Amino acid sequence: MEEKIVFRGEKDLPPMAVSSGRMSHNLTGSWRSMRPVIDEERCTGCGICWKFCPEACIKLGAKPEIDLDYCKGCGICQEECPAGAISFVEEER
Amino acid sequence: MRVVITGNHAVSYGAKLARAEVIAAYPITPQTEVVERLSEMVANNVLKAKFIKVESEHSAMAACLGASAVGARAFTATSSQGLVLMHEMLHWASGARLPVVMANINRAMAPPWSVWSDQNDSLSQRDTGWLQFYCEDNQEIFDTTIQAYKICEKVSLPGMVILDAFILSHTSEVVDIPEQDLVDKFLPRYNPKYKLDVEDPHTFGGLVKPDLYYEFRYKIQQAMEEAKEVIKEVDDEFGKAFGRSYGLVERYNCDGADTILIASGSIASTAREAVDILRNEGKDIGLAKIRVFRPFPKEEIRELAKGRKAIGVIDRNISFGNEGIFFSEIKSSLYSEPKRPLIHGFIAGLGGRDVIISDIKDMAKTLISKEPKDINWVGLK
Amino acid sequence: MKLTIPEEEILSTGHLACQGCGATLAMRYALKALGRDVIIALPACCWTVIDGPFPYSSVGVPLFHTAFETAASVASGIEAGLEIQGKKGVTVLGWAGDGGTMDIGIQALSGAVERGDNFIYVCYDNEAYMNTGIQRSSSTPYGAWTSTTPAKTFKSTPKKNMVEIMVAHKIPYAATASISHPEDFISKMRSAKKIKGPKFLQILSPCPVGWRYPPQMTVKVGKLAVETNVFPLYEVRYGKYRVRKPAKPKPVAEYLELQGRFKHLKATEIIEIQKKVDEEWRTLLKKEEVFS
Repeated sequence: MEEKIVFRGEKDLPPMAVSSGRMSHNLTGSWRSMRPVIDEERCTGCGICWKFCPEACIKLGAKPEIDLDYCKGCGICQEECPAGAISFVEEER
Repeated sequence: MRVVITGNHAVSYGAKLARAEVIAAYPITPQTEVVERLSEMVANNVLKAKFIKVESEHSAMAACLGASAVGARAFTATSSQGLVLMHEMLHWASGARLPVVMANINRAMAPPWSVWSDQNDSLSQRDTGWLQFYCEDNQEIFDTTIQAYKICEKVSLPGMVILDAFILSHTSEVVDIPEQDLVDKFLPRYNPKYKLDVEDPHTFGGLVKPDLYYEFRYKIQQAMEEAKEVIKEVDDEFGKAFGRSYGLVERYNCDGADTILIASGSIASTAREAVDILRNEGKDIGLAKIRVFRPFPKEEIRELAKGRKAIGVIDRNISFGNEGIFFSEIKSSLYSEPKRPLIHGFIAGLGGRDVIISDIKDMAKTLISKEPKDINWVGLK
Repeated sequence: MKLTIPEEEILSTGHLACQGCGATLAMRYALKALGRDVIIALPACCWTVIDGPFPYSSVGVPLFHTAFETAASVASGIEAGLEIQGKKGVTVLGWAGDGGTMDIGIQALSGAVERGDNFIYVCYDNEAYMNTGIQRSSSTPYGAWTSTTPAKTFKSTPKKNMVEIMVAHKIPYAATASISHPEDFISKMRSAKKIKGPKFLQILSPCPVGWRYPPQMTVKVGKLAVETNVFPLYEVRYGKYRVRKPAKPKPVAEYLELQGRFKHLKATEIIEIQKKVDEEWRTLLKKEEVFS
């Protein structure tokens, strides 16, 4: 996770708008209203959820792990999981 | 080596000696010879460059920006309709701080169609953040093309070298072309600090909110201010290396003159002759030629105006709904001065109408004897 | 876990795409296909926003934001600039939406392709001007609601066939793809990378917001577009066609009924659409037969 970049004045700025940081400082997990939950018993480790995640926030391992700091709750993983191992629950706020 | 070449070819040789690496251009009268000669040079391996035969001027500037952004020295040339078609990308060039150099042949805007000399095309682009150099003869065109790269690459802003349609573009004059190695010494390879590079990836031109956009625009203005000094330094250096210097504003026969004519481009050439004749007739009149219009040479104009009774500005252009553009900006720069001369505006030569010595003598007469008017239409039928 | 696409992530998390964005999957897969030696020319489009504001970026490779109609001309300039400096091994990628490709960007693309400039051009096709609020483009399919073709004035002209326009330029390589078939897209991108000259890929990128379906359906909608022959997957290499044929094509109604942008269609209009899809499909198969 990256730090937010702050400019105090024009002298800190490069001459043109050239980026120096990555968007990973932006925790998009706050966007979701529903949260995915993986049932590890049903999960076959096929990796399809990882393949179709637009946020690229599913970590591959013995079983996939969804990075909730970034997951926007789109639900593609649930829809595409062939084993029906992913369910969505209401996000608590 | 002294050659007899047209203004257009002076541009071609300038770009060649400056070692332009990517040329993206679209044909338009009267620019065509510029790029035809460059095309030949590339084909004959005399100039090591890529020539992109784009399908419009808008694409020409876009391609130049792409090339400049990866660190190549980019060049294009155009005129009137083509320049104005590029307008969006002219803004892009300055905002992206890319030092593209472009030759613009000053040609009248259509409709009605006209291929002849007129400054509305380049002056209508004065707010785009481009440096603007108005050249008076072919030697100056050649020299300025080379100088422009050095200046623009130092301040990271694009620049246009401007010449009159036909009067300069198609007229042959003697031009001294120095040896390539001398030019290489004066103008080293383009080596930008920021560029598109897979070894060091960055995104250029991403969204900037109101909290910082203002500061980026401030920086462009600062670069323009810095350019005034850089232009002088580069000009001095050029003078030492090649024996010719031009300045931002050139004074001709101004000592003791209480009236000054201000002109740009080829009209300045004619005005020199006229001023000599008038001086012989006993009139205390001088000429100032504005070579650099952006950044606007406020300090030089203010110095020039000190102690004068009247100034007449000759504009080969008009900003409809107001007045001549050089006139406007000169007047504006003198507003804050405690003592100001009278200022007369003359509109002459639109659409390539010839501006001859007798026209200039008439302007001088008006300057000396009449009340100042914002617009004097010279030779209106 | 056996992966069918490259594992390395070049696109970073935290980007600003809507939930379930097809265009984001497109970029994610494109970067996996090409690796890090890529320079992107990016005109105004959804990706202008998705990548993130200054001073951040999510693509992880050099990217030049440019004006709407200039993706292909900037790509030409980048390619020339790299070549003249002797920099090899870098893929130049023009990445634009359907509007920036087929409408405002068509001139620059036609010019660059006709010149034979060496770059890959990907049109990520969400079938409307999504970034500005779902206005119709020439890529919007017949029958679709958009904010400028509302209610009874649904888009009444057919979807512009950009691949055919590219083939008419005698382009070395042109192909369709869909985010629902990432292996196919990645394989096509890698084929394209090996070819010198201009290459055009059009990747269907379903948009939950503009096509009016819940975000989790993005991949399913993409799959159905392919399986109903609404958006067939094919490639044209030096004028020779190769078409992927679904085992058993599904009726277009299955594709249309998932999307709110088609919900106003009457039964007669759906039949009309099915007829048009069938006709286009037969024509495509004929082309494969004739040009092989």
